[in-house]
Amino acid sequence: MSESDIKIEVNDLTLIFGQKKTQALKMLDEGKSKAEILEKTKCTVGVSKVNFQIKTGEVFVIMGLSGSGKSTLIRCLNRLNEPTSGDIIVNGQNITKESNEKLLDTRRTEMSMVFQKFALLPHRSIIENAAFGLEIRGEEKEARLAKAQEALETVGLKGFEHQKPSQLSGGMQQRVGLARALANNPEVLLMDEAFSALDPLIKSDMQDQLLDLQGEMKKTIVFITHDLDEAIKLGDRIAIMKDGVIEQIGTAEDILKNPATEYVEAFVEKVDRKSIITAGTMMFKQPTTVLLGKEGPESIIRKMRKNALQVVPVIDAQRVFKGFLWLPQVLRAEKENASDLMPYVTEDCPSVYADYTVEEMLPLTPGTKSPIAVVDKDNGKLLGVVAQTSLIIEATKYDREEIQQLKEQAIEQ
Amino acid sequence: MEKIIDIGQYIEVAVDWLTENFSGLFEFIKNFGNGFIEGFEWLLLGIPFYVIILLLTALAYFKVSRSSALFTALGLVLIYLMGFWDETMETLALILVSTLIALVQGVPLGIWAAKNNKVDKIVRPILDLMQTMPAFVYLIPAVLFFSIGKLPGAFATVIFAMPPAVRLTTLGIRQVPADIVEAARAFGATNRQILQKVELPLATKTILAGVNQTIMMALSMVVIAGMIAAGGLGEKVLEGINNLDIGLGFESGFAVVILAIILDRITQALGQKGNNDKLNNLKSKLNKR
Repeated sequence: MSESDIKIEVNDLTLIFGQKKTQALKMLDEGKSKAEILEKTKCTVGVSKVNFQIKTGEVFVIMGLSGSGKSTLIRCLNRLNEPTSGDIIVNGQNITKESNEKLLDTRRTEMSMVFQKFALLPHRSIIENAAFGLEIRGEEKEARLAKAQEALETVGLKGFEHQKPSQLSGGMQQRVGLARALANNPEVLLMDEAFSALDPLIKSDMQDQLLDLQGEMKKTIVFITHDLDEAIKLGDRIAIMKDGVIEQIGTAEDILKNPATEYVEAFVEKVDRKSIITAGTMMFKQPTTVLLGKEGPESIIRKMRKNALQVVPVIDAQRVFKGFLWLPQVLRAEKENASDLMPYVTEDCPSVYADYTVEEMLPLTPGTKSPIAVVDKDNGKLLGVVAQTSLIIEATKYDREEIQQLKEQAIEQ
Repeated sequence: MEKIIDIGQYIEVAVDWLTENFSGLFEFIKNFGNGFIEGFEWLLLGIPFYVIILLLTALAYFKVSRSSALFTALGLVLIYLMGFWDETMETLALILVSTLIALVQGVPLGIWAAKNNKVDKIVRPILDLMQTMPAFVYLIPAVLFFSIGKLPGAFATVIFAMPPAVRLTTLGIRQVPADIVEAARAFGATNRQILQKVELPLATKTILAGVNQTIMMALSMVVIAGMIAAGGLGEKVLEGINNLDIGLGFESGFAVVILAIILDRITQALGQKGNNDKLNNLKSKLNKR
């Protein structure tokens, strides 16, 4: 990660609520627990020595249960909550040290926020709501209405300009909230539980729309949620927070495969891993292979015996995957003294790309005992092999019934 | 029963001190205030009675309802026929002036109290005192400061009528949803912008309810102020009491009631939404032509 890639950098950020902040901060430095500090000083530690960096164009999800300090943390980024100590550096500017005027300017131009309860002005029309941020920063009426119109069209609310917020459904109201944030054309979007108040179906729609928009806009998004599935769907990286402390930061797979603490582990246990773990992470990366045209049946048999293999993947000189070669076929080739092995290779076999999930790979397994080849999306080169057993293990951990069904299907065939 | 503590003497001393040392100020207020009140009276008495009846009826028709407009028209005509038109206009002028002064002071104070808990803590008990002290008591310092007449009447009325304006402004601003204010702040709004664009518009309904209350309290006090020669319907009521003239007492009493109902209905309607339908209909009809 080079310096210029970093949009937001947070160093040792701490926020303490209460009167005796200095004393509480000192106790925190001494490594005292939250409970001790509360008892001694009556101060609550909202955010405790948090560090992270967010890259330009990244969707960074901060997730935790209520009371974990995630909403307090996001409000530090635009100083709606005043941090007690630590630095927040956005675009190389230290937000925590900005004067009030500069801070207003930052809020008006660099960061916009979307709220859980939409926070629209009930007495204004939709377009006036969308233009609110521009109005605050003093743009001319015509210019701001034009930009607001554009933002409303982006979120798919054309035709609703002159309605009042109360006439719109929750999902549409949040679209207005999003349009209001986008109209300002900020580099950073702060989204505080933006979709948490919506029905599951609408929520999923909004998530898809946000991902679509993000594909075009490439904003830097800080997204707060208490919903791990949402975090996994949206986040390039996820920070898991508990009691004001960040427990782990990483991609969804990092966190699911290697939970850093018991808390994270307990958290991720509930998640449906089938839809997250991909072929790329579970594949065996350096399988024994057969290079087409270079190796004869005898050397292959020796290789397979040595590694106790029943089947090996076959590649050509460019490492492009050709198919699987099973031991009985090799033995036949040896008997028939064949020089070209290609007729003996089973070409009709499952192959996937690295980003296929377990869920997507499961339907490929019935009716075949073949492992699954993982190939490069662009050039078909072999990246690795997923054995059926590891696929079944990955799936059975969490859903026995489905695996039972698959087995039955396999037997029937 | 013997007095053990004499609070009255301290208040007396304080009022005496104020009268002696600030007589110039009181004189100035008196002249200025009287000019103000007389100006309103001149305006209301200068306009022919049928024009005022028409205007108020039209206001009631468009802002409130048809029946309310009918009541306004009949009520005002009755007042005119009973021969109380001038007194009613005098009373109305005093109400308008007192309400205006009460609002000019009360609304900003209410905003301040909404923003600052300390101010709220200080203001609250003072408002309680202002509201619950028997209204007649205010007439005494009013007379001492300004002698008798319309201005002391307005002075006592302002004190008595201001609390609801303060209270309901504070309430209105405090009940603006915190997340909307936070959103405005997140978009870089200054405190002034938050007040102008978010808090006041969202508190309007409640503040207007306060205005309605203030007007109603001003009306009741203006009648009492008849005792210190503030003129208007109050003086007629007092005349009725003094002469045990049941007829005069009830007639002037009816005039007060009619005025109260008209003022209440109209100001209440101003605070509610959706009452502009008829006006909008009319506008669109006119536009079509």
